[in-house]
Amino acid sequence: MSDLVKVTIDGITVEVAPGTSILNAARQIGGDIVPPAMCYYSKLEGSGGKCRTCIVKVSKGSEKDPRPMPKLVASCRTTVMDGMEVQNITSPEVLEARSGVVEILLINHPLDCPVCDQAGECDLQNLGYEHGLQKTRYEFERRTFERVDIGDKIQLHMNRCILCYRCVFTADQITNKRVHGILNRGDHSEISTYIQTAVDNDFSGNVIDVCPVGALTDKTFRFKNRVWFTKPVDAHRNCNHEKCNGKVTLWYKGEDVLRVTARKDQFGEVEEFICNTCRFDKKQTSDWVIEQPTPISDTSVVASNHYETFKPLPVIKEDLALQQANKIELEKSIKF
Amino acid sequence: MARKLLLEHINVPGINTLEVYRQKGGYRAVEKALKTLTPDEVVEEVKKSGLRGRGGAGFPTGMKWSFLAKPEGVARYLVCNADESEPGTFKDRYLMTHIPHALIEGMIVASFALGAKTSYIYVRGEMMPQIRILEKAIAEAKAAGFLGKNILGTGYDLELYVQPGGGAYICGEETALLESLEGKRGNPRIKPPFPAIAGLYGCPTVVNNVESIAAVVPIINDGGDEYAKIGIGRSTGTKLISASGNLVKPGVYEIELGLPVEEFIYSDEYCGGIANGKRLKATVAGGSSVPILPANLTLKLANGDPRLMSYESLSEGGFATGTMLGSGGFIAYDEDQCIVRNTWNFSRFYHHESCGQCSPCREGTGWLEKILHRLEHGQGKMSDIDLLWDVQRKIEGNTICPLGDAASWPVASAIRHFREEFEWHVKEPIKSQTSNYGLANYAVPIEKEEVKQENL
Repeated sequence: MSDLVKVTIDGITVEVAPGTSILNAARQIGGDIVPPAMCYYSKLEGSGGKCRTCIVKVSKGSEKDPRPMPKLVASCRTTVMDGMEVQNITSPEVLEARSGVVEILLINHPLDCPVCDQAGECDLQNLGYEHGLQKTRYEFERRTFERVDIGDKIQLHMNRCILCYRCVFTADQITNKRVHGILNRGDHSEISTYIQTAVDNDFSGNVIDVCPVGALTDKTFRFKNRVWFTKPVDAHRNCNHEKCNGKVTLWYKGEDVLRVTARKDQFGEVEEFICNTCRFDKKQTSDWVIEQPTPISDTSVVASNHYETFKPLPVIKEDLALQQANKIELEKSIKF
Repeated sequence: MARKLLLEHINVPGINTLEVYRQKGGYRAVEKALKTLTPDEVVEEVKKSGLRGRGGAGFPTGMKWSFLAKPEGVARYLVCNADESEPGTFKDRYLMTHIPHALIEGMIVASFALGAKTSYIYVRGEMMPQIRILEKAIAEAKAAGFLGKNILGTGYDLELYVQPGGGAYICGEETALLESLEGKRGNPRIKPPFPAIAGLYGCPTVVNNVESIAAVVPIINDGGDEYAKIGIGRSTGTKLISASGNLVKPGVYEIELGLPVEEFIYSDEYCGGIANGKRLKATVAGGSSVPILPANLTLKLANGDPRLMSYESLSEGGFATGTMLGSGGFIAYDEDQCIVRNTWNFSRFYHHESCGQCSPCREGTGWLEKILHRLEHGQGKMSDIDLLWDVQRKIEGNTICPLGDAASWPVASAIRHFREEFEWHVKEPIKSQTSNYGLANYAVPIEKEEVKQENL
């Protein structure tokens, strides 16, 4: 196609279709220059623009109008123009603003990662590691909510929520009817169901997968294990549900399937949404056809327990005593 | 006496009824526009007049109208933003209470210019009396044939509806207003697309302030060129100013833009000076969102020239020494007012009114409020002042809508100009609870201030 537009992000030029957002253009390049996204979800229409972690600097608007944009823009909701030049990690201004957003996201977050089921696969945790401060400057009492069971399979920890609206969009677009939404305003706004109605339909479990933090968690997996002790395996089954094709990730601990989630791509987004039967009711290996170990990015803490990406540190190779101590791991690394 | 265009007949008994309004020359603009002008000619007149949006941003109204997309077969809407809820601003309420027909006449002319067949007046939920007044006025206008089908036999149809809001400050933001009008949660939309392309129900929409729409009436009656003669430079026409605070005569005044600020505060025609013989300490010139200025910078520019009530003059010097005309909510503080307390109060408002959609504003406004609360109540630390500065800087410009900016500007300007008063609250925690910092040097002649600026 000749009508592709050229966009340069941190000095790397890529050609994308017109109408692509800066974030998606950066994802086509991949690597470190992809801005983090807490609220944007490519499968959900209308999402994005809220969390402000993906802000970037547009240093040149386009070929026709080379003026820079006056403010930092949300890359997930700004479309590229031909000849646009964008700065993400090369701009100190962006990095500072992003760390400001992370700090602000964390001021009312309980930081209860040690007891949170999401820890290890939490976008906010990753963001905090990369951009956060070592200590907080917030010295006031944090806003708290009671935790609520919405339906028998999902638990809502409103304290952890960053109000990305993903679950609201999911319920609007994936399920037949939405019974939950945002109540109240400002920093006391909360995700809630319509007068404590249970969120109950065939696809409701997907709100767990889209939640970037531990606000919506799987009750059947609650306190079962830390995710980095489990091994993800791709599997499928013939699902009777018309909208579900039964392609999932099983999370094994030893012989047991501790939980079932949809498959996620490298940006943490669900590839295909799955039904509640697959997610909550099929927890036997015999229910599934195993395909392969799930590829996990080596930056994820889940990968640290994963056979695929084990690379012995150079220091281990040089030191005999260390080689002896890490014998099992070294053997594994040779195997794979 | 300065020329009055909007409030000329405000004191005529019964001006809120159609009959008296007609006797005073009302609805001439509708007749003139619908019978002798084309919609494009009306837009052209408004462009010529140089009218700038009266809601706060000051965007030229004629330009806004000419940006409206006009695809075939798609409805267009005019929405009047009467969700006036900025602390310090009460001009629209005054106008709607006393001369509702001025707004309705303006709505008819503006709708005709834009080709809108249905128009809405979105009124803040708290203004129930005004909603009833407007509804009554609309019924009167409809009975007289100014609304409905085939207005004045010209073949132009217009239905005008009043929609009460839920009473949220954020719904004064145009895209949040449209969401609310559609019956959804009043969260601002992410722009683009702008309402001129996809607004109400996805159709091209223009959102204008009450005063902007009412100002269309004199523009059509007298012609855009005539209107442009009033005022100064690019600030043309007259502006309603809601004056409040420690003034002898607070109230709504219609001024010709370009009036010196000093004259506005001290002349008997307007506010009549500071109440109880006290001295002026500071002013907020355009509603709570604009930067607060100390007295010397309010009356004079940084170079010593008198500051005028106009879009340009008030913003002269940027945020370092200037402010903004905003929506015209003029608040004056005398020497006994505490700037820290005032800043805390504004922050409390923005914390309460933040919609909670984007994170810097949702969490940051609460943080600002808590730090200011601590400072005001004598429990602050020196580092809090720098922390406030840092937090406001992280909110400003990083949000979806201007509420984040509006929340950070008052805090930033208070620290910029009144830092000593903040420091005094930290150093004298007990004394600050019972007495005030006073006037200090905020009103000293501008020359000294200029020297101080260079040192900084």
